[in-house]
Amino acid sequence: MDLKLKIWRQKGPEDKGGFVTYEVKDVHPDQSFLEMLDDLNVRLIHEGEDPIAFDHDCREGICGMCSLVLNGRPHGPWDETTTCQLHMRAYKDGDTITIEPFRAKAFPVVKDLVVDRSAMDRVLQAGGYISVATGNPQDANTIPVSKDDAERAMDASACIGCGACIASCPNASAMLFVAAKVSHLALLPQGQPERMIRVDKMVAQMDAEGFGACTNHTECEAVCPKGISIDFIAMLNREITRSKLSGVS
Amino acid sequence: MKLDSKVPGGPIEEKWDRHRFDMKLVSPANKRKFEIIVVGTGLAGASAAATLAELGYHVKNFCFQDSPRRAHSISAQGGINAAKNYPNDGDSIYRLFYDTVKGGDFRSREANVYRLAQVSNNIIDQCVAQGVPFAREYGGMLANRSFGGAQVSRTFYARGQTGQQLLLGAYGALNRQIAAGKIEMHTRTEMIDLVVINGKARGIVVRDLITGKLERHVGHAVVLATGGYSPVFYLSTNAMNCNVNAAYRAYKRGAAFANPCFTQIHPTCIPVHGDRQSKLTLMSESLRNDGRIWVPKKVGETREPNDIPEEERDYYLERKYPSFGNLAPRDVSSRAALEVCREGRGVNGGNAVYLDFRDAIQRLGKETIKARYGNLFDMYQRITDENPYEVPMRIYPAPHYTMGGLWVDYNLMSTIPGLHVLGEANFSDHGANRLGASALMQGLADGYFVIPYTIGHYLASTSLEDVDTSHPAFAEAEASAVDRLKKLLAVGGTRSSDEFHKKLGRIMWDYVGLSRSKEGLEKALKLIPELREEFWEDVRVPGGLNEFNQALEKANRVADFLEFAELMAYDALDRDESCGAHLRVEHQSDEGEAVRNDEEYSYVAAWEFKGVGVKPELHKEPLEFEYVKLATRSYK
Repeated sequence: MDLKLKIWRQKGPEDKGGFVTYEVKDVHPDQSFLEMLDDLNVRLIHEGEDPIAFDHDCREGICGMCSLVLNGRPHGPWDETTTCQLHMRAYKDGDTITIEPFRAKAFPVVKDLVVDRSAMDRVLQAGGYISVATGNPQDANTIPVSKDDAERAMDASACIGCGACIASCPNASAMLFVAAKVSHLALLPQGQPERMIRVDKMVAQMDAEGFGACTNHTECEAVCPKGISIDFIAMLNREITRSKLSGVS
Repeated sequence: MKLDSKVPGGPIEEKWDRHRFDMKLVSPANKRKFEIIVVGTGLAGASAAATLAELGYHVKNFCFQDSPRRAHSISAQGGINAAKNYPNDGDSIYRLFYDTVKGGDFRSREANVYRLAQVSNNIIDQCVAQGVPFAREYGGMLANRSFGGAQVSRTFYARGQTGQQLLLGAYGALNRQIAAGKIEMHTRTEMIDLVVINGKARGIVVRDLITGKLERHVGHAVVLATGGYSPVFYLSTNAMNCNVNAAYRAYKRGAAFANPCFTQIHPTCIPVHGDRQSKLTLMSESLRNDGRIWVPKKVGETREPNDIPEEERDYYLERKYPSFGNLAPRDVSSRAALEVCREGRGVNGGNAVYLDFRDAIQRLGKETIKARYGNLFDMYQRITDENPYEVPMRIYPAPHYTMGGLWVDYNLMSTIPGLHVLGEANFSDHGANRLGASALMQGLADGYFVIPYTIGHYLASTSLEDVDTSHPAFAEAEASAVDRLKKLLAVGGTRSSDEFHKKLGRIMWDYVGLSRSKEGLEKALKLIPELREEFWEDVRVPGGLNEFNQALEKANRVADFLEFAELMAYDALDRDESCGAHLRVEHQSDEGEAVRNDEEYSYVAAWEFKGVGVKPELHKEPLEFEYVKLATRSYK
């Protein structure tokens, strides 16, 4: 199939940037979206042009590195699918596809489609863990976890930290991302001792990074490649309240 | 070059305990005076960096990804082994040790493997304490499943994303130390060279991938946890940016590279669909618990799989290996698939076999299968546009893991004092073939429970002079790195580095892949240098040095693969026997099984760099098997 691509090009953080249109021919429906971009980049190199910068790594939907907005939707048209797992059979001959980076105040553009998502790391550094040093903890089976709690914790922990939730949100809110980590640990017995202080610190860092507030658009859930439910945002809100009432903060 | 494995004396069960007592300690007050450089943030790198920082060392940690959480360990699906024996099915530390040595086809060092089995249980305890959401039984206890090469259920798992969950545990520990100011984290930073001063590893030169600027970092010891080199085959299950650079630069600076030809071709991957493909996708080996592998009995079969009656199907693994069946080890399963496809019995005569869940769905119901493998089935459907609940999956072997790596002694130190190597980047534990669910175990064993002890011993027993980044060795390493990168930019040819990488991958797959022959390897040794020459005459790398330049990153990696590939071929040619994943067609039984030659090849092949295009020098570390009796591996 032949396609028209409108791709965001931006030399660096200071550059204003803009769309450049490329025609690509003979795209195979079994190719992945990023393989289609690989082919375009080989062509650009042959033509002596600067190839398009985009982040990618595992290409199997788990590392969270790929970060494209396709026709206005982070990760493109398929539900619960990262850009790297999207295949060209999603499109038909003659389609126009607009390709943009994940946009948010907290995600400055590095170049073209590559953004800086280190704000998410800093939110987790603020408290997204259980404080246990390597050593000799108790035998694993002395901490029973009900199957339901383990499954729910796993539902939350499936987050790959890609940031699509933030890119899709009109407020660029990081609530779903933060909710996933807070809920994962709050649901497990191991996470209880730091439950209050954890949510407190993480939410404070989230605000400091310039992520917006949640106003229940639920776009985040719709685009999450791991299908993480906004139920966890409700849980995060309860955790925030719990922490406030406990007087920790 | 002298290879001293430094394996401690005494019975195998007591070696590690004795060694831990014999090793020198660094007092708490002195630990903070030491700076340790850790390259890589996968399971081995992140666990090492976090643990060393917890102990009080000052750590600098580097990764080329935009976040330490994205290292390729994250992609591991199936699980992690441990000898907990929770299911009471006869497992023990000794059995895990035995299975791993046997699975590696007797080409690993017994003492290292025993230690790995010993600390396996601590790993599960540690990960649970961190909040890793392992699968549970209804009573709240941990669930286990079985994996290839074992007859017990010792694999712990977290849906189909055990790697990500374990890595998030280690990343949490890392984050805690970053927040505490104990770890200086450098993301989007790639190691370009190792700096050796007075014979000891004392620093690295890195490139900041955002600005393109080179930086120098000094330390008292360097730890490489930089993963494997499967992308030398171009198409592999590894992430696109996995590369051999750090390990290869260390090799060029004097570290021996061990068993580079031991590369694992994983049996259950989605087959290649065309020549415009960038990567192969693994379907977890755990699928073999319930899926049955088969091909048509007759050559030239054209019917749809569901129309082929039972009596015309050949469940070849169950037929050839009745006691292990579909759970035969990876190398055995991969070779069997290759063999039936060569006979012309692959799917539509091509390179694929069926992995069929029909019987499991009948036995257990679709819902149970969905609960066990739902995410893998979805992934398969997205890639192939076929529904595996209704049509058997098509699978074929693909390059997946590299058992070879930098040579290390029992303390995980390379032949360069001060340079330690962990995880997939070293050669130590898997011999000629790795069993499923053992890579995660080894990465975390090395990082959480081995290096924290052994690096202390090195620091306490070595006199290290004061050096800083103004030392001429840093200037030399930086200048040679700049020179090389500028050279790549200056070629100004006509082809992208991707095109050369694809060509190299083809050569490696054809001649240094699943089966190897003397003629093929000699041909590869002719073709690789020719391609390398072509590369340096005709590659085109746009952009400049001091900027964000992904084309330059890629070219720099391909350039090293073009040298490293030759080392793999030399090693495969030297090893004139078959063992584990290394099959020399000259040495196989009538049934196509690997035939080892223990008399002549029971050694670790450690290669010393002698110059680009020059045959490296082989050093041998003899392997002795005191506990697991050398025997022909049988999974029948």
